[in-house]
Amino acid sequence: MNINLTLFGQTIAFAIFVWFCMKYVWPPLTGAMQERQKKIAEGLDAAGRAEHDLQLAQERAAQLLRESKEQAAAIIDRANKTANSIVEEAKAQARTEGEKLIAGAKAEIDLEVNRAKDQLRAQVAALAVAGAEKILESSVDGSAHNDLVAKLASQL
Amino acid sequence: MANTPAEYIQHHLQNLVYGAHPEKGWVIAQTPEDVKAMGFWAVHVDTMGWSLFMGLIFLFIFRLAAKKATTGTPGGLQNMAEMCIEFVQGIVKDTFHGRNPVVAPLALTIFVWVFLMNSLKWIPVDYIPGLASVLGLPYFKIVPTADPNGTFGISLGVFILIIFYSIKVKGLGGFTKELSFTPFNHWALIPFNLFLEIIGLLTKPLSLALRLFGNMYAGEVVFILIALLPFYIQFGLNVPWAIFHILVIPLQAFIFMVLTVVYLSAAHEDHH
Repeated sequence: MNINLTLFGQTIAFAIFVWFCMKYVWPPLTGAMQERQKKIAEGLDAAGRAEHDLQLAQERAAQLLRESKEQAAAIIDRANKTANSIVEEAKAQARTEGEKLIAGAKAEIDLEVNRAKDQLRAQVAALAVAGAEKILESSVDGSAHNDLVAKLASQL
Repeated sequence: MANTPAEYIQHHLQNLVYGAHPEKGWVIAQTPEDVKAMGFWAVHVDTMGWSLFMGLIFLFIFRLAAKKATTGTPGGLQNMAEMCIEFVQGIVKDTFHGRNPVVAPLALTIFVWVFLMNSLKWIPVDYIPGLASVLGLPYFKIVPTADPNGTFGISLGVFILIIFYSIKVKGLGGFTKELSFTPFNHWALIPFNLFLEIIGLLTKPLSLALRLFGNMYAGEVVFILIALLPFYIQFGLNVPWAIFHILVIPLQAFIFMVLTVVYLSAAHEDHH
């Protein structure tokens, strides 16, 4: 148990080991550890932010869905109304058209009737004149009695 | 090899010494008398060799981990290194209140190196000396921390750092003033203060070295004593003692490290 040169040898070895550790071991390892710590912190931060974003997005999605549902309902409503009004309009148009047709037909009928009546009148007048000629056995001057015949015919 | 128990124990507690013999020159000491004749100008080859070997193992492993250090998922080696670093960093953070980039790596070096040197105790006491005697070496003692040269060598380094940082932080005047005026702040008591403080200062490396050396040496002696017993009893005693050293070996390394940090912290504290 004697103290000798080993003492200084050991001290020198110790100093070299500490120097080496300080220079080449400690900085890279602690650097990596710190870097990782930072990365983890950033990751956690990002996760928190993402969660928040997700919540916001979900809220927005829900709101959009609600809005679009409302819009769809409004559109359907409007479409129904327009459809109804179109049907109503069509009905009204059809009715007026029909009425017009009926009125036209009626006017035509009246026209025909009047024409037939006129024809009849003329024929009756002719017949009456012819009958009267036969009865009188004399010729009746058509022109002389035209007034009479016309009066007669208008009374028919 | 030795014949009597006393010779056996002495043989196992003798380092392999290479030194300047007054008559034979630089030789390996063959007897305790040779060692005595060599005096200071000798080197414990086994202590130096094994402590260097253990230190290189430490640096190799940690350098490997540092080279492959990744900020992503660490592998097993990096995990181990980071665990050690985090452990040491925690202690330094708790104990050391200055800013000094040397202290933490120093503490790590001390902890792992001393642990590795202490752990040589787990190798059965006859294996390496037996192998050495086959190779023709008269003595071989493998645990560097059971050699006072080994432990005092480290504590001398710590002591130099204590003095260095005391002067660096407080200045030469401040350091002298601290030694002269504590604990009693009166000029008449300067000699007494100096006496107390210098004793206190010297106690630091002494306590560091002697605690580690005492523990390791005593443990070693017990291992050697157990080795003297008949083989059927040896197992029953050796195993519990070795298991007990699972506690002792890291604990002594830990104490050495913590005390070093505490002493360096005190060296950084300016009381004025």
